[in-house]
Amino acid sequence: MVRASPDKTDSAGPLVCIEALCVDFHRHQVLRDIYLRIARGQTVAIIGESGCGKTVLLKTIIGLLRPTRGAVYLDGRDLASLAESELTRERTRFGFVFQQAALFDSMTIAQNVAFPLRQHTTKSTAEIREIVGARLAEVGLPESVMMKKPAELSGGMRKRVGLARALALEPEIVLYDEPTTGLDPIMSDVINELILTARRHHPVTSVIVTHDMQTAQKVADRVVMLYPISRLREGKPQVIFDGTPAELTRAADRRVTQFVRGEARERLMEMRQSNGMLDD
Amino acid sequence: MASVSTTPPNSGQGILGTIADLVADIGALAVDATVGLGNFSLFVFRTLRWLLTRMPRRETVLPAFYQIGVLSLPVVALTGTFIGMVLAVQAYGQFKMLHMETRLGAVINISLVRELGPVLAATMLAGRVGSAMAAELGTMRVTEQIDALASMGANPIHYLVVPRFLGCLLLIPALTIMADFMGIVGGAMYAVRYLSIDSHHYWENAQMYVRVFDVFAGVFKSLFFGAAIALISCHRGFHCDPGAEGVGRAATSAFVYSFVVILLLDLMLAIILDAVYFTIWPEGPKMF
Repeated sequence: MVRASPDKTDSAGPLVCIEALCVDFHRHQVLRDIYLRIARGQTVAIIGESGCGKTVLLKTIIGLLRPTRGAVYLDGRDLASLAESELTRERTRFGFVFQQAALFDSMTIAQNVAFPLRQHTTKSTAEIREIVGARLAEVGLPESVMMKKPAELSGGMRKRVGLARALALEPEIVLYDEPTTGLDPIMSDVINELILTARRHHPVTSVIVTHDMQTAQKVADRVVMLYPISRLREGKPQVIFDGTPAELTRAADRRVTQFVRGEARERLMEMRQSNGMLDD
Repeated sequence: MASVSTTPPNSGQGILGTIADLVADIGALAVDATVGLGNFSLFVFRTLRWLLTRMPRRETVLPAFYQIGVLSLPVVALTGTFIGMVLAVQAYGQFKMLHMETRLGAVINISLVRELGPVLAATMLAGRVGSAMAAELGTMRVTEQIDALASMGANPIHYLVVPRFLGCLLLIPALTIMADFMGIVGGAMYAVRYLSIDSHHYWENAQMYVRVFDVFAGVFKSLFFGAAIALISCHRGFHCDPGAEGVGRAATSAFVYSFVVILLLDLMLAIILDAVYFTIWPEGPKMF
């Protein structure tokens, strides 16, 4: 039986509803009691330092990871309680842009972008080819890359192909896992612009995991900050900020402002202290 | 796969603490092994369920069959030929002492069709294809390509494992027959040309003592070897640890586990097939 969300959704309710979500790995807790509601059409940036569970949260939203406790509701339906075939169907509503693009090595760029179309539509080869060309053009890639293998492209180009593939089926929800990490500032801004363009073209709900403050400020209309459980005191919430990008710099919590400004002074002191303790 | 913390429950000093640590370590190993076995059983169950519910697409099956069958053929044929010749060299001395050189054909051929052909083909397949599959799927796991498949609504087991499983299962009998054939040809060539054994008697003895059941038994066994290689290797790849080291470990463990399981299955199936043979023909095979 499919479990329903606590607040029964209609089209006006939240698209994604995360309730008391906990995820453990090897008995090590990564996410603890996360509550998050993502409305239709919203662009949410999830920020936080490395290892705080941002990517885990993203993969739990699409059902690639199962919650240890709590649930993720999509349109009021608990993803964990869906049968495999239903989950597969629900996943076609998502597009996922992976950190390293995760393009299939054995396929050409055109086959990569065409993959979801071949998998879930009955379109002809000519139609698919046309859509693939249009998607690649949207992300600024020429038709000449179509027959190349992913290994022949630069990191920035691979990320753009990953974005084109994620948008191939015009999904309702796009999940971005660190879309600008490892790119130069110009290419990072190109990706930010592409995310904005994609949103303008199709009405889409986006969740962007990033630690690039430029991306969070420019693209998101809501920012959620997670804090690593290992640094939290027992019982303290893991979500330490939930507000607009403009409120980020004015946040009362010093952990938020230090992260936004990239201030490492306190952390360095902590590290020195712990090293000193080890030396003793 | 879940793992169990190896933190000793008792960090106290003395003999009791050491014993407690030892018991905890053994317990952790036992739990890890049980979890691993359960995980593998689920993997096998899911593969078989997909196999029965929906056949994979042609574009995923054909490359897998080409990799597993066509590209393995030369190496299996070559090793089969050499094993046949080596058998002739090794057995010739013993048979010459008994003045039974012409029986060499029977011994070489029965060893090949019943034992060496299937085991050799399976070992070559595990080494050439099994470790490559584990490395390929392991790399796909590490680079999130398996997650990408799932995120696009394609089931990774249906898309990646089922074609490889079918390839190993359906093509290993052909590889076994090739190893048998080339071994028989190699053995006969060496015996007749270099050991000067009479060709007529060599083949007559071979024909007299090698039964159809022996050929069937060898090919039948190979089906189990093929299934084991595919499942073990794909499972290793799917549960690969991160990094280059993880991929390397997955490839090595795929071969080692496959080889051990091939030998275990070989023993079990030899016992079972012998029991079947004696149930059907209680008088047993003809003796020399």
